[in-house]
Amino acid sequence: MNGGLLDVQALTVRYGGIEALTDFSLVLQEGQTMALIGANGAGKSSALKAIAGGIAATGRLCFSGQDIGRLPAWQRARAGLMLVPEGRGIFARLSIEENLSLGRALGRQRVALDPVYDRFPRLAERRYQLAGTLSGGEQQLLALGRVMLARPRLLLLDEPSMGLAPQRVDEVYEAVSDMVSEGMTLLLVEQNAERALGLCPRVMILESGRTVFSGSSADCRASSRLRAAYLGGEDAGAD
Amino acid sequence: MVTLLQQLLNGLTLGCLYALVALGYTLVYGILELINFAHGDLVMVGALVSLSVLRWALGWGWPMWAALLLALIVAMSVCAVLGVALERLAYRPLRHAPKLAPLITAIGLSMVLEQGASLIWGRGYLTFPDVGLAHPWEWGGVVVTTMQGVIVMGSLTLLGGLLVLVQRTALGRAMRATAQNPMAAQWLGINTDRVILTAFLLGAVLAAVAGLLIGMYYQVAHYTMGFMVGLKAFTAAVLGGIGNLPGAVLGGLLLGLLEALGAGYLGDWTGGWLGSNYKDVFAFAMLILVLIFHPSGLLGRHAPEKV
Repeated sequence: MNGGLLDVQALTVRYGGIEALTDFSLVLQEGQTMALIGANGAGKSSALKAIAGGIAATGRLCFSGQDIGRLPAWQRARAGLMLVPEGRGIFARLSIEENLSLGRALGRQRVALDPVYDRFPRLAERRYQLAGTLSGGEQQLLALGRVMLARPRLLLLDEPSMGLAPQRVDEVYEAVSDMVSEGMTLLLVEQNAERALGLCPRVMILESGRTVFSGSSADCRASSRLRAAYLGGEDAGAD
Repeated sequence: MVTLLQQLLNGLTLGCLYALVALGYTLVYGILELINFAHGDLVMVGALVSLSVLRWALGWGWPMWAALLLALIVAMSVCAVLGVALERLAYRPLRHAPKLAPLITAIGLSMVLEQGASLIWGRGYLTFPDVGLAHPWEWGGVVVTTMQGVIVMGSLTLLGGLLVLVQRTALGRAMRATAQNPMAAQWLGINTDRVILTAFLLGAVLAAVAGLLIGMYYQVAHYTMGFMVGLKAFTAAVLGGIGNLPGAVLGGLLLGLLEALGAGYLGDWTGGWLGSNYKDVFAFAMLILVLIFHPSGLLGRHAPEKV
């Protein structure tokens, strides 16, 4: 098996006696983007966390040719594999500037924050405020800004549109797609399947921890069964 | 008025010592939500190690300043090694265990440290060498010794330095991030194990300084002295809001002042019914009242949150 940037084989996550993710396998080449969709509790977030580190999992996990299955999460992050978790992982009682600075904590203290401030002027205006005072959308932008500074090779992004107003979602997706066009590899978990398919040419669908579809987004859209089960009505029903 | 000023001054000195130790509790609690009950015993180790070093150096005819400096360095090193060892060997293996396990381990470690110290230094009270800083300075009846000046200046410098470290440096930022959300910190590449180790290390070094200062001030050291110091400092940390660094300093100073005022006035207020030896009761009554009526402390948060 000639693995790509990320090579996941038979990843399985158990919480107590329950299997949240079963035999999850996936290969991502450098620069590829893939969407991971499915209903609540399908195992999408578990998959991301198992890859980023933070929950116990069995199976094989290779990143950039290196077996990372036993590395702690922080070492995986330093290797260039970063997760923006559901809820964004913002430190509410650190200022916006401090939150951003953590993105460059990887031995690159001299990296300027300006590109992020130029891109998201609203963060610049409020740089000395506590991040907890930001709205959900602004917090998502902050999380992305932090990632922009860290420049990971692979970004695992969990539900970036959750709870955001539509204009904010546009802003978030614009930032993500810019990072992708600069060569970043992306694995995106999203309730809003239309959004996800719009950005990612490949898609996997999970149901109760099992992979029920893996292929191109076009094929996914073409299948009336998949469209009905996973795409139809998503926009109306999304939280 | 003179008595009041004098008591406030004594209270400030005492409060600085409490604050130094309280910071150690709060640093660790802020990140791990663990009350490191062995922390007070590091103060004891600091005091006894400095006592031995001072005796040795002075015995060889070292000048006092050099002997003190050596005592400070050795005590800080020994406590740093001990603090780090406690974390690596005792607490880290229990990181994901139920909260009660590390707590009981902490109590056990406290006993291990005390009994270990009694094997080395014996079970008697040891007289701390007179470091000769007792020179009294008098202003209008209020007496300050050089020693008190050294304690207050030294402590405040250290406290200020620590606050700057935590509020202004990349290390401090990583510490606060880890305290708020350790997993999110790891996902950003922060080595949270090292951050936790640093918290223990900083606390242990402050405890060593406190041990030396307490030994110099009271001129006595004993293998169980860490218990009372630790309990008082813990009270101070809770009073200020455990997990909150400025809170620990504030709580320490407040507790020192309360105790000194209690010692000075309790006899007068109660017509001699309660003497100054009830000052400890004062401190712990304070702890109970805080825990009942305002468990988050003066600067703590109302929700059970960290740092």
